[in-house]
Amino acid sequence: MLSNTIFGLAFMQRAFLAALVIGLAAPAIGTYLVQRRLALMGDGLGHVALTGVGLGLITNTSPVWGAVLVAVAGAAAVELIRERAKASGDVALAMLFYGGLAGGSMLISLSGGNANLNAYLFGSILSTTDGDLWAIASLAVGVLLVTLGLRRALFAVCQDEEFARVAGLPVRALNLLLAVTTAVTVTVGMRVVGVLMVSALMVVPVAAAQQLTRAFAATMGLAMAIGVGAAMSGVTMSYYADTPPGASIVLIAIAVFLLASVSAGLVGRRRGRTRAAAGTGTPGAGAPVSNPSSRPPHRTARSLPE
Amino acid sequence: MARAGSDIGAPAVAVREVSVALGGRPILHGVDTTVHSGETVALLGANGSGKSTLVKTIVGLYPVDGGRVELFGTPLPAFKSWQRVGYVPQRTTAAAGVPATVGEVVFSGLLTPRTWIGRRGRTDRAAVREALATVGMLDRIGDPVAALSGGQQQRVLIARALARRPDLLIMDEPMAGVDLVSQQTFADALAGLSEQGTTILLVLHELGPLAPLIDRTVVLRAGGVQYDGAPVEHGEDDPGHGHERPGHDHVHPHDAPNAAPGTPACPPGPTPVETLKMTMSSSGPARSAGPAGSAGPARSAGSAAPGVSAGPAGAANALPSIASPTRKAGPAC
Repeated sequence: MLSNTIFGLAFMQRAFLAALVIGLAAPAIGTYLVQRRLALMGDGLGHVALTGVGLGLITNTSPVWGAVLVAVAGAAAVELIRERAKASGDVALAMLFYGGLAGGSMLISLSGGNANLNAYLFGSILSTTDGDLWAIASLAVGVLLVTLGLRRALFAVCQDEEFARVAGLPVRALNLLLAVTTAVTVTVGMRVVGVLMVSALMVVPVAAAQQLTRAFAATMGLAMAIGVGAAMSGVTMSYYADTPPGASIVLIAIAVFLLASVSAGLVGRRRGRTRAAAGTGTPGAGAPVSNPSSRPPHRTARSLPE
Repeated sequence: MARAGSDIGAPAVAVREVSVALGGRPILHGVDTTVHSGETVALLGANGSGKSTLVKTIVGLYPVDGGRVELFGTPLPAFKSWQRVGYVPQRTTAAAGVPATVGEVVFSGLLTPRTWIGRRGRTDRAAVREALATVGMLDRIGDPVAALSGGQQQRVLIARALARRPDLLIMDEPMAGVDLVSQQTFADALAGLSEQGTTILLVLHELGPLAPLIDRTVVLRAGGVQYDGAPVEHGEDDPGHGHERPGHDHVHPHDAPNAAPGTPACPPGPTPVETLKMTMSSSGPARSAGPAGSAGPARSAGSAAPGVSAGPAGAANALPSIASPTRKAGPAC
């Protein structure tokens, strides 16, 4: 009955499709970003993409494709800066990101009337057009092809870049591909959750998933499931409760993350007790003192083998 | 290991008058050394001596500013057979920002210039299991790497390098942060690989439990080769025993009377791991670790009294041999 009402509306159908697509694509690329500890990369590229939106508006061309072009250029620049400059890299990135934000704000304002700005900052999924949907869907298919099709190579590069280089992988090309795919995902997500929150949909489902998983493949799969779930229920919530869709989606994802951490903490404690009672601990395995991993202790304890 | 091509007889690693500068600062100057097929060579030196820079240059991570590096007879920029090289970078952890199992990490070691885009097959899974079995970690294949101890993570990194079944294994400080139990397992694994003919080059702070496996040590100091010859226990200045460096004209009380400059020496600590008796000639069952004919000779690593006739031709007669290392328990000297 519920689905009869909201799935019957054309604009809601488009909204659900857009949510499904971004819910799949954003965590897929986000898993690699989190793996290589570049969780805020999507946020930065979102800022840069705004300049592209501005360019699209001011030249009366498509804002989405303008955003894609500028974000891809920004991603390539970020990758170059990351590769070359070691010490001053983060300042250079900050320049790029804030420059992109300011440039976008300026151009959108110059294009006459900033009524549109909010749509790109916070998303306007309910006003998705058929044209938008085609653009979003085709870009997202590309993102999924890259993130799933090249997962072995991308995993190797994000896990240990130096090792991948010596192994003979085309590390530079793969890095660039990852950055460009991130940029594309940002622009895809822009219409759904807005540039300010697209990075959240890349990172939060991954963070939630890895509370419960032990393997990379499982983390990626679960993150995509959480992403789709949060995006769909966020759109539903925004329809019934009249809340902003972007904010609803992100807050639901964060709620999932909190639930996952709490349950992981409980499971970890129970495992710890069982282990202590049985005295079956492997010497040295995962003892917080001897573990050089940078994970928070509670998570290390949780991920102990049985 | 029989290989097609013209590189039979070419050394696994040839470093010729190599100079490297990083960020405008010269790190290595005129480094010249060779690792022959089948040899196990330890690269020693104090912090900042350039040993890590040298291995990173050898595997192509740093550009060569002067001289040249050859792998299996092919100069570096042209060398493409990276599937023959297994590399263990210096790491304190094998974990990244997302959980990954031991199997997943080792699996990434199978990717080579030709296979990185392919799918995983049955032979790949077999190779992963074999590599993990070599380092004694097969039972942990499904565990997340972050749950392992430092030494176990190090063994996972070594398994990752072994998965591609390399002819040349290059390791940067593989013993850093490794507990004693893991050190012995690691030494045993290395002995097995060496017996199968794998060439091994490893950066170490001290030989420790690996001492019986090492055919030769190269000691770097301030970006140049200070010593290249028979195994020495120490490669770096120790504030307390700074004078026990190879190349010093200092004869230690427990050294043999005719010990020459460049003598392997051990500080007179309370319980050194090994007490080395020096003899000038290679008496007893010698294991030839010389440049020629070393592609898989029967090695007596770990046997009771391995005499070592070692060293490059130029230094051969000046260098002593190690006879009867008597093993005691205790901290490494």
